[in-house]
Amino acid sequence: MNNDITPNEVCEHTFSVLVDNEAGVLHRVVGLFSGRGYNIDSLTVSEVDSVEGYSKITIVTSGTLSVIEQIRAQLERLVPVQKVSDLTRDGRSVQRELALVKVQGEGDDRINSMQLADKFQAQVVDSTPESFVFEIVGSSDTLDRFIGEMRHIGLVDVSRTGIVAIARGADEM
Amino acid sequence: MSKKLYTGGEIILKALGDQGVDVIFGYPGGVTLPLYDKIYQQNKVRHILVGHEQGGVHAAEGYARSTGKPGVVLATSGPGATNTVTGLVDALMDSIPLVCLTGQVVSNLIGNDAFQEADTTGITRAATKHNYLVHSTDDLARLIHEAFYVATHGRPGPVLIDIPKDVILGTGLYLMPEDVQPRNYNPKIRGDREKIEDAIQLLAAAKKPIIYVGGGVINSGQKACQLATQLVRMTGYPCTTTLMALGAFPASDPQFVGMPGMHGTYEANMAMHQCDVMFNIGARFDDRVTGKVGSFSPGSKKIHVDIDPSSLNKTIVADIGIIGDAGSVLEDMIRLWDEKQPTINTAAIKSWWNEIEKWRGVRCLSYDQGEKIIKPQFALENLRKLIQGSDFYVTTDVGQHQMWAAQFLHFDKPNRWMTSGGLGTMGYGVPAALGVQVAHPESTVVCVTSEGSLMMNIQEMDTIAKYQLPVKIFNLNNKVLGMIRQWQELFYDNHESECDLSGGPDFIGLAEAFGFKAIQVTDPDEVCSGIEKMLTTKGPVFLNIEVDRNENVFPMIPAGAPHNEIVLGPNQNLKTVDDKSNVMA
Ligand SMILES: Cc1ncc(C[n+]2csc(CCOP(=O)(O)OP(=O)(O)O)c2C)c(N)n1
Ligand SMILES: [Mg+2]
Repeated sequence: MNNDITPNEVCEHTFSVLVDNEAGVLHRVVGLFSGRGYNIDSLTVSEVDSVEGYSKITIVTSGTLSVIEQIRAQLERLVPVQKVSDLTRDGRSVQRELALVKVQGEGDDRINSMQLADKFQAQVVDSTPESFVFEIVGSSDTLDRFIGEMRHIGLVDVSRTGIVAIARGADEM
Repeated sequence: MSKKLYTGGEIILKALGDQGVDVIFGYPGGVTLPLYDKIYQQNKVRHILVGHEQGGVHAAEGYARSTGKPGVVLATSGPGATNTVTGLVDALMDSIPLVCLTGQVVSNLIGNDAFQEADTTGITRAATKHNYLVHSTDDLARLIHEAFYVATHGRPGPVLIDIPKDVILGTGLYLMPEDVQPRNYNPKIRGDREKIEDAIQLLAAAKKPIIYVGGGVINSGQKACQLATQLVRMTGYPCTTTLMALGAFPASDPQFVGMPGMHGTYEANMAMHQCDVMFNIGARFDDRVTGKVGSFSPGSKKIHVDIDPSSLNKTIVADIGIIGDAGSVLEDMIRLWDEKQPTINTAAIKSWWNEIEKWRGVRCLSYDQGEKIIKPQFALENLRKLIQGSDFYVTTDVGQHQMWAAQFLHFDKPNRWMTSGGLGTMGYGVPAALGVQVAHPESTVVCVTSEGSLMMNIQEMDTIAKYQLPVKIFNLNNKVLGMIRQWQELFYDNHESECDLSGGPDFIGLAEAFGFKAIQVTDPDEVCSGIEKMLTTKGPVFLNIEVDRNENVFPMIPAGAPHNEIVLGPNQNLKTVDDKSNVMA
């Protein structure tokens, strides 16, 4: 993280939270954010270890440095939370998101949307004579740009997964 | 591990017994009937039948605070469980270790809007440190033991276990506490040595230090209180204790400067404001202590010790933050201090004390008794004189009487003062006194209250009388929601909106109806004899003292104001605070 951030500057942080996969654990984490007035910009959750029974929650949030520090401490306080890492602070990370993007159109619009999909390396996962569903994986920025351009062609629906992230390098969490 | 099968009800009682529980506070209902049937057939765990589940939780809090052991509550599903919520949040805010067992409808009806079903774990998720819904009788012993572990380790707090009726009725294996490997919840106990050394250096070099002791020191245990006392005495520094920590350092010690905060002493607040090094151990910089955060103790370096990492830098940024248990950190600190023998700037400390003595000389707690109307401060001062030296415990409710009790009663030992600090729950005092008296049947237990709060859990007077517990209720009857009236007078143009209680019941008749001996005092001359009579009369006693309805609690730092804008008395104008967002908080 760059160190010239001033104490009152709001910045975005991505947390990776390893939790016991038990009933109510997502509610606890989300309730902590809503109860204490923290933002959730993106949230994903899925089981990652069925033997140990762990799930991983990836949360993108924003706040001043002291708020980010509080969020981390508050997360660590929850009993079913095993590990918390602030991927933004602790080093470099890979962040990815997947979107399914439905575009409607005929004639030139179809051709244009296919060309755009090629440019963004999106795959066609469904097609009808008047529509496509594209699958795109990338940074949230890339997804935003892809969806933005499709809007001019005939965007009708979007589903996004939210961000999943992992630290770069060889170390375990 | 034995292979013998037990019913869920038996497992619950066995687990409680093995956790050293001798008493639980409860109220029965449909889904807990099979457990009550087991309670009937044993006498190892005593059950106190309270009048309301909220009272049960406060009683368990009183029990826990006064013994240092976790308190245990038992309530039924639905309304029984929802009635515990205020008590659970109270315990959460004040870090009181509790285990609350609630019954739940049978597993296959959960989610069906069954009779007396409530989503108890959902409702109490933000009201507890942690909670569990038990799915199988085989899990019961493990989860109960784990609940005790979680409630008492790290920053203590309430833990709830929701148990469906079929889990109580079913059979399963029992596990001893030592066979349960508590999950990965391992709060840090030992503070970092390097930081402790830095703290010693900073503290030893201070010219105007203050030691600011919080409830965490009491939670850590009697030994932590002794160590805190030792540190204060060996340094010769002034010590202030928060509302939650009264008694952690002896009030009779000349190094004690009183409580800090909104209704704290002038000397404590001025010392907090002017100090150059603040050593906070186990306090959380509550907004009732800091006042306006931006102007809080502007010139000091701050050392903050807390077992809860989220307490550090939450409101006030610490120059040295130490995560660890108060007792453990104090022990290391005193040992390292002895090894290093740092030199203290005695000349500077002497002139610091001179400054503090000047503030003390203001005598900020003085009041004018007058001839006719009893001043609440006068009543409490007499109570102090008459109980001093005896083996006593005090609980309070919430309002003016609570602040006066904190100011005028003096505690030389920890675990003797039970009050609802963080949540400020009216209705806490009477049930808490019940819990304390159950734990200490031979001691004097006084509940300082006022008629507004008293009415909020008055049904527990019946419980007290039923068990013939010799609780003394000290009712400072001002016939008004005094604290509300005070704020309305000071900040809302004296508009006394909905705070008058002059039409209230005949408290003497009411107390007698509950089975209390009742004493009425209306004249300043009768105060002393009234209190003596209360203390010497056997069994439950209700003392109704009619006090001045117009008295205000001073000193007062208006909410959101800095410490040096403390108002000492009625003749000093309250400054309007510029930060309006904070004013009426
Ligand atoms: C359950 C609850 N409701 C409301 C309040 C707000 N409140 C704080 S002090 C107070 C007045 C308390 O009156 P009383 O118990 O008569 O005490 P007094 O101030 O007169 O000593 C009120 C209503 C509270 N603290 N708790
Ligand atoms: Mg009153």
